Amino acid sequence: MKARIEELKEKARSLRIDIVRTLHHSKSGHTGGSLSVIDMLTVLYYYKMNHDPKNPKWAGRDRLVLSKGHAAPAQYVALADCGYFPKEDLKMLRQLGGHLQGHPDSKGTPGIEVCTGSLGQGLSMAVGMALGLRLDSSSSRVYAVLGDGELQEGQIWEATMAASHYKLDNLCILIDANGLQIDGEVAKIMGVEPVADKFSSFGCHVVEIDGHDLQAIIKALDDAESIKGQPVAIVARTVKGKGVSFFENKASYHGVTPSDEELPKALECLGESCNGGEK
Amino acid sequence: MSSMIATRDAYGEILAELGAENENIVVLDADLSGSTKTAGFAKSFPKRFFNMGIAEANMIGTAAGLAAAGKIPFASTFAIFAVGRAWEQVRQSVAYPRANVKIVATHSGVTVGEDGGSHQSVEDIAIMRAVPNMTVIVPADGIETKLAIRAAAAYNGPVYVRLGRNKVPTIFDENYRFVIGKGVQLRAGTDLTFIGTGLMTAQALAAAEKLSEAGISARVIHLSTIKPIDEEIIVAAARETGAIVTAEEHSVVGGLGGAVAEVLCDRFPAPLKRVGLNDRFGTSGKADELLKYFGLMPDDLVEAAKEVLQRK
Repeated sequence: MKARIEELKEKARSLRIDIVRTLHHSKSGHTGGSLSVIDMLTVLYYYKMNHDPKNPKWAGRDRLVLSKGHAAPAQYVALADCGYFPKEDLKMLRQLGGHLQGHPDSKGTPGIEVCTGSLGQGLSMAVGMALGLRLDSSSSRVYAVLGDGELQEGQIWEATMAASHYKLDNLCILIDANGLQIDGEVAKIMGVEPVADKFSSFGCHVVEIDGHDLQAIIKALDDAESIKGQPVAIVARTVKGKGVSFFENKASYHGVTPSDEELPKALECLGESCNGGEK
Repeated sequence: MSSMIATRDAYGEILAELGAENENIVVLDADLSGSTKTAGFAKSFPKRFFNMGIAEANMIGTAAGLAAAGKIPFASTFAIFAVGRAWEQVRQSVAYPRANVKIVATHSGVTVGEDGGSHQSVEDIAIMRAVPNMTVIVPADGIETKLAIRAAAAYNGPVYVRLGRNKVPTIFDENYRFVIGKGVQLRAGTDLTFIGTGLMTAQALAAAEKLSEAGISARVIHLSTIKPIDEEIIVAAARETGAIVTAEEHSVVGGLGGAVAEVLCDRFPAPLKRVGLNDRFGTSGKADELLKYFGLMPDDLVEAAKEVLQRK
């Protein structure tokens, strides 16, 4: 297991490099929230989820809904790395004619289940998927990844209420709680705490973890499968911009991409030199 | 007059039939299943019915998720909530991904009656028509409702079906063949054409009868599909009769009248009079009183016809 975690750590590091390079190239996109969520996505795509990049619509797959759709670059680099589409496609992120839309679009991108990005809507779709899978007696699970700023949307609580009402134990909600939103600190804009208590009072089994501790993420996701009769909410405390020191905990890097000057420094933070070789 | 049935009652009946035929059909409601008539399906197929409570935004999103899981969801509530409260969910979660969700809204228009303007949706056709990927259908009677719901279930993509609360006259018979996107001529005429949708088509038929007594020959076309609109039947009517009156239980802004105006302007400009609510909200009252109050009676259509004829 220890070796496996080291492998996943290395995978997360290389995906962070892909995120930084992709966003530097596109000159448009959301850096901070992509870097805060990537450890969770790494564990989901490379450890937890049953999926087949060569057969994206395989009926037996687990589903991932990135409700905080602005972190699409994080999902895109993982999908490309898994082989859903060529890594070359990342250069067309947010470009006319490319399939990698600014926010996830199931119509064009293999591996994307639904359209997200208008905050608050993804969890409802995850609830619908979980209901549908249960009707089919499927053992597939649904993972919905939310932001903490997104919890300000009322629809999240409608959906959580429904997930609990319908006892959706095939649904796991992950909250990327990086504490920041576009205008500043979540706590100052519109406080959402206590997040764990809120999900708990809405009927979820709640665990709170360090969202960059891969072992903790693995354990939380593994444990979630043994919870019956209620959905699980994993409140993952994260750092916006994680991995690039000068991006970390800065709301200003919510929707800003690395400049030409910042790129080499960002790659250096990630243990990579600018020309692509290992440091 | 022929038999009377509310389109929502016809919906409840066909939904139960379809449920027995196709186990992929699932139904969602937002605490109005008795009124929208989805309760019959709920009773027959409890595992495939989801009452989502008074939370329309989540209901529409959940429907999109069910569609993503391969189901054919029918989501029902009053038109004002399906289209108003949940508009952005309809746009982002249903229309944008082209999810196979059927939104069947009842209690549209002023004939909701006593509940008043807050509950009378008079702009839903315009709003739904503006959304890409959306098909918009407004059946005229119970028979057409059943055919339209069956067609919606067979069609792969988002559909909005607008139904009413009250009993309306049956104008179609069992031989009627409903096709999404096709208008149908119900009465021949040469002097002008009424184009109606929903319950207003029956009013147009009555108006045409009155006009014939005055020696005026009015064609009557029923357009249940507002989008995609049947351009050819509109252009032919303009070319052959030279004047058009549209009739809808909806605002004259952006609904059937707006859609017909767009086709005429693009393809064959002709005098047009739009009959509907004149950019105003509804109000409390009995349904038949409100149809009179808002100028949606056959006599109002006769007046509109005479006015538009002067512009020929």
